[in-house]
Parts: sequence; structure tokens; C-alpha cells
Amino acid sequence: MPLSNSLLIILAIALIGFFITRQRAYSIALKNGGVAKLHSLPLYYGYLAGIWALVPALILLACWSAFENTLINSSVLGLAPADLVAQGEDQMALLLNQVQNIAAGSIEASPDDALQARMVARMQSLQGTSLLIKSALAIILAVVGVLWAFKSVNPNYRARIKVEGFVRIAMLLCASVAVLTTVGIVFSVLFESVRFFGKVPISEFMLGTHWSPQTSIREDQVASEGSFGAIPLFLGTLLISAIALIVAVPIGLMSAIYLTEYAKPQVRAFAKPAMEILAGIPTVVYGFFAALTVAPALRGWGESIGLSVSSESALAAGLVMGVMIIPFVSSLSDDVLNAVPQTMRDGSLGLGATKSETIRQVVIPAALPGIVGGVLLAASRAIGETMIVVMAAGLAANMTVNPLEAVTTVTVQIVTLLTGDQEFDSAKTLAAFALGLMLFITTLVLNVIALHVVRKYREQYE
Amino acid sequence: MTKTAETTSSDTQSRNSQLLAEFKETTGNVRVTEPKMRMDNVNVHYGDNQAIFDVNLDLGKNEVLAMIGPSGCGKSTFLRCMNRMNDTVDSCRVTGSLTLDGEDIYAPEQDVVLLRARVGMVFQKPNPFPKSIYDNVAYGPRIHGLASSKDELDQIVETSLKRASIWNEVKDRLDAPGTGLSGGQQQRLCIARTIAVSPEIILMDEPCSALDPIATASIEELIDELRQNYAIAIVTHSMQQAARVSQRTAYFHLGRLIELGETKKIFTNPSHELTENYITGRFG
Repeated sequence: MPLSNSLLIILAIALIGFFITRQRAYSIALKNGGVAKLHSLPLYYGYLAGIWALVPALILLACWSAFENTLINSSVLGLAPADLVAQGEDQMALLLNQVQNIAAGSIEASPDDALQARMVARMQSLQGTSLLIKSALAIILAVVGVLWAFKSVNPNYRARIKVEGFVRIAMLLCASVAVLTTVGIVFSVLFESVRFFGKVPISEFMLGTHWSPQTSIREDQVASEGSFGAIPLFLGTLLISAIALIVAVPIGLMSAIYLTEYAKPQVRAFAKPAMEILAGIPTVVYGFFAALTVAPALRGWGESIGLSVSSESALAAGLVMGVMIIPFVSSLSDDVLNAVPQTMRDGSLGLGATKSETIRQVVIPAALPGIVGGVLLAASRAIGETMIVVMAAGLAANMTVNPLEAVTTVTVQIVTLLTGDQEFDSAKTLAAFALGLMLFITTLVLNVIALHVVRKYREQYE
Repeated sequence: MTKTAETTSSDTQSRNSQLLAEFKETTGNVRVTEPKMRMDNVNVHYGDNQAIFDVNLDLGKNEVLAMIGPSGCGKSTFLRCMNRMNDTVDSCRVTGSLTLDGEDIYAPEQDVVLLRARVGMVFQKPNPFPKSIYDNVAYGPRIHGLASSKDELDQIVETSLKRASIWNEVKDRLDAPGTGLSGGQQQRLCIARTIAVSPEIILMDEPCSALDPIATASIEELIDELRQNYAIAIVTHSMQQAARVSQRTAYFHLGRLIELGETKKIFTNPSHELTENYITGRFG
């Protein structure tokens, strides 16, 4: 009997438990003079039965499944003769893997290997027994749970409070999934980075100006030692993000001001969603737009006025990225500008200020913290952006602030370090984690500042 | 037979509609000998809805004119016509003649910015800018270029704050944000801000409705002092306030100016039955 069947049975027990317990709650209620005499509605007694049936049984199944493999494996490996054990752990792991695959029926057993046949037989029998015991136990547990809930129905039993407590714990678990994932990612990046810094000194990584991560994977390969100075990457990221912000902030802000202060409602109704479509374009589309349209065009213009523009330039990537983040700036600024109370504008206009004076001296200062928050969010988006720069910015880690040259960014290098075959203990691969950590810290700091600024803004009006 | 409150109120309502239908022209003298502002046949439309019907009214020099009436009677709309604040509402159309010292304020060559500097406005809810107290008051003088030096600007700020009787409370913290003051202080700051551009008229749109009684009393006292230098038109929901601060009172009802007269007369012996019904609290 496969596991899915016992799961179905447990589910069925929970359902039946729900209905019979609810029914029993009804009948007890009627005997005592109406549903109002019960502490909780009959429904809650039913829910409680379902919970008692499902939760302990599922926990049992999960724990059992988590530990059974270890036990079965050690028992199976116990059959191996001493000389085989002496060959070391790798050999044993290989053998075990083979046995597991044969037992699951995914590969054919070799007909003349007696040891293997015995091991497969023991594994299969152990697995069968284990499944049987755990299914039986789980089903018994479910039935006991239902009976327990069924028996405890009485007018004073506080079923609703128990159910609500359970739901609260369930919600807490859901909430912790996101938090724990974040923590897990941070720690995995952190530990790998620590390993990286064991191979490459942190000072070289933070202060070095030369990036060339090619190291030899095998002893006999001819390759450079590799140097891991991350400054050119961060400089490249900074350069491209700066270009993007120079494009996005004025355009986004101006369009937000136009939409909130000047545009007629009909224009606004059309233009605002149209601008937000920009945010919906996949970044890979922006990427090939940058690589195939913008970069060659820039190069053409540059040549026509006698400038040498590299065919993969920071400018092309920055310009397109700027267009990409316009909606972030404009949409957030639009919201905060709208949040400035009309009475504030009236106050200024009532003093004889013109519309533009009102916008410049009252509306924008009042909304400034929110606008800054929006810009910082857009900046962290620009710093973390990958696709556009992979396609349009190039791979050469040039130490330059000339936007017409090719530069590379942190994200691009992470992509190149981790594509293709690699070994997980070489400095080259581990460098990706260190870069990821730095990037994470940068955007985290920016986001924290942004959130802080936005919250401060909220306190300004009651 | 005793009438219940409900039948009384519905009787009053039908009587009021009848009176409104019969209404021809404002009871009482709408003119003064020395008008600061004169309004003739003012009509205001919001889209297809007419909000003000043929209002004639003078605002005299050095007087406080109170405008009272039930909610939605058009008193705020009318007030906002007097410095063209209604220009900011797209669907609003104003016809008739409004003159300030004989000069048509709706004339095409009239600069609305200069007009609003001459006819200042204080709003229902205190609306200090999120700037320092000093910058709040200096805002108007700066945009109109009223001060040629820092000293002169300091002088204007100090005088304005003194006139609005808030100087003593804020003189030590002029750099603190204006939004941090209490409601009554904020409203006096807004009045100081209005005074700072030396207007000739101050319009007040329910200036005390968001304030507690003590703050209200200080604003009312202030209004009385300001009358020495300015003409003031004040919209208010509180009849006691109108009685306390104003010399003349205008009663508006559904867009019509029903009655205008000496404040004392309006509140003790109104001539029009609609005014009387409102004053005596039978509706409103």
C-alpha cells in the first residue's frame, strides 16, 4: 500500500470525524436546550475533530519519513563484508546508491552479484515493513484523534478557542516560511563567502582593482592564478546605476508632477496605466532592445561625431535601465504628490503664489521624503538588475568611469561565474557568493534607508 | 393637539421651500457707503448646477462681515469667488461683477496672483506648510519680493507674528516646524502668514471649526483686532461666533443671499422669515 493511499485514508477519517463530531455537538446542544447552550458553534467541534485527526498523523508521517532512510541504509550496509568497508566511504556511498536504484526499480540488477542481490532484498523488505508500520500507526493516530475530539464534546468544552489557537499557529508558520527562507539564503551566502575569504583575503577582494577570476580547475590546466579585486565591478555597477538614475529621476519626477498637478483627468486616466506598462515589460526584452537597438545606434552617433564608442557600452545599458525604472520613480512620486493635502496647495495659492511656485516650494518639499524613498527603491532595483547588463554592458572588468566604454557589473559577473561547469570549492565559484553578499548588503542598506525615509514622511500629516 | 418635533420640522421645511420660491431680492441694505469690495449679480455654476443666484453684496472698509447659513448654502463658494480661489476648480464658472476698489477682479488683464496677495485667505483646517515657523511666515513675502534684505524679512515675520498674537509663544523656536504647533497656534500661524503679504482683505472660511473653545476665543479676539487694518469676510457655522465678531451679517440659503443687516438686528429681530427660522434653530 503506497503512502498516498494512507494519506487519503487519513483525510477521509478527518472528514468523517468532522461530520460525526459536528452532528454529535448538534444533538448534545438540542438535549441541553439549543445551540446557544454550547460554548462554541457545532462547526468548531467538527473542525477540532478534523485537526486532531490530521495534525498528529501528518507529523508522525513526516518525522518517520525523515529518519527511516538513515536507519534502513545503515542496516543494509551492515551486510557488506569488512574488506569492502575498508575501501572507504566513497565506495560505500556508490554501492548504496546502486542498491537504492535497483530497489526502486529504476536500473537493472547485475545477475551475478550475490551481495548486491542480498542487499536489495533486505532494503526492499525493510522499506515494505517501514511503510506498513508507519501507515498503520498514522491511521490509528488519526482514529484516536477523532475519538478524542468526539468524546470531549460537551457544552463547556471551549472548542472555538482551541480552533482559533490552532489557526493562529498555522498562520504564524506560514509567516515564518518567508522569514526563514531569507535567513537561510543569507546564511548560505554568508558561509560560502567566509569560505571564499579563506582563499582570497578580504582586503584583496574589497580593495583590489583587478578582476580576472579565471583559475585552473584541474592541476594540469594552464591558467592564470586569478585575481579577485571587486572594485571594477562595483564601479561598473555604480556607473550604470548612476546613468540609469540620471535618466529615470528627472523623467519620472517630471511626469509624476505633470500627472498630479497639470494633467486633465482623462489624460491621467490614460497616461498613468500606460506608464506602468513599462514596469511590466520583461527585463530580458529590455536587454535585447539595449543590445540590438540602443548600443549600435549610440555607436553610430558616436562615430559620426568622432567619438569612439564601444559596441557594448555602459551608456547603452544605463539608458535602457533608466527607462526601465522610470515607472518606479514616477509611480511612487505620483502617490506621494497626491498624498500632499489639497489644503496645502490652497494655502499657498491663497497667498498669491503661482502654480509653479506652489509646486516647487510647497508640494515637492512636502513630498520630498517620499520621493527620496521612491528614488532609493529604484536605485536598489537598478543595482540588482541583471538581464539588461548581461546583454548590453559587456564582460570586460574595466576600471573606468567613461560611459562610452564597456564595463561589467556585479550581477553580470555572478552570472558568468556560475554558468557552465564548475567546481564548488574553487575560488572562482565561491567569488559569486562573496559578490552576492556585497550586493545584498548594498541593496539592504538602500532599502532600509528608503523605508526609514518613507516612514518619516508618513508622520508628517496626521 | 400637540405637534411632534418631526411634523414641526417638516412643516418648517415646506414653509421654507414656499418662502424660497417667493424670494425676489435680499432683505436689508446690501450696500455700504465706502465699499472695499462690491459684488453685483454674482452667479456661480459648477457644471450644470447653479450654486449662487444673483448675489449683490458690499464688503466695507474695516468691517467684519459674517456669512452664515445652513450647510450647502453657498457661503464658502461665494467667499472663494472673492479671491478667485474657485479658478482651481475646473468645472466652476463665475458671472457677474466683482470689484476691488472699483477694479474688476475677473477682468482678463487682472493678475490672479496679485489679486490673491491683496485678498488673503485663511482656511477651515489649519494648513501650515511643512516648513519652519519662520519660513511659513516668510513664504509670502519671499514669493512677492516684499523684503529686500534679511533684516527686513525678519522684521516682517516678527510684525506678522505679533499681529497674529502668537509671537510670544514661538519667538524662541522660529526654526521649529510649523506642523508641530497646537491646532490653535497653527491657525494663528496661518493668519500671520496671510498678514505677512499685507493684504487689504482677509477671507476666513470657518477658521475655528477645527479648534477647541479656548483657541477659538483667541482667534476671535484676534479677528476683532485685525479689523483696525483690514476688511474681513468670515464664513462661520457658529451663530454665536458671528454675533461676537461681526458688524454685519449675511444670511445665505440655497445659493441666495436672503438677508443682510447689522449683526445685532439679524440676531435679535430678523426681517425675513427664513432667517428667523434659521436663527431660532428650527432647522439648519
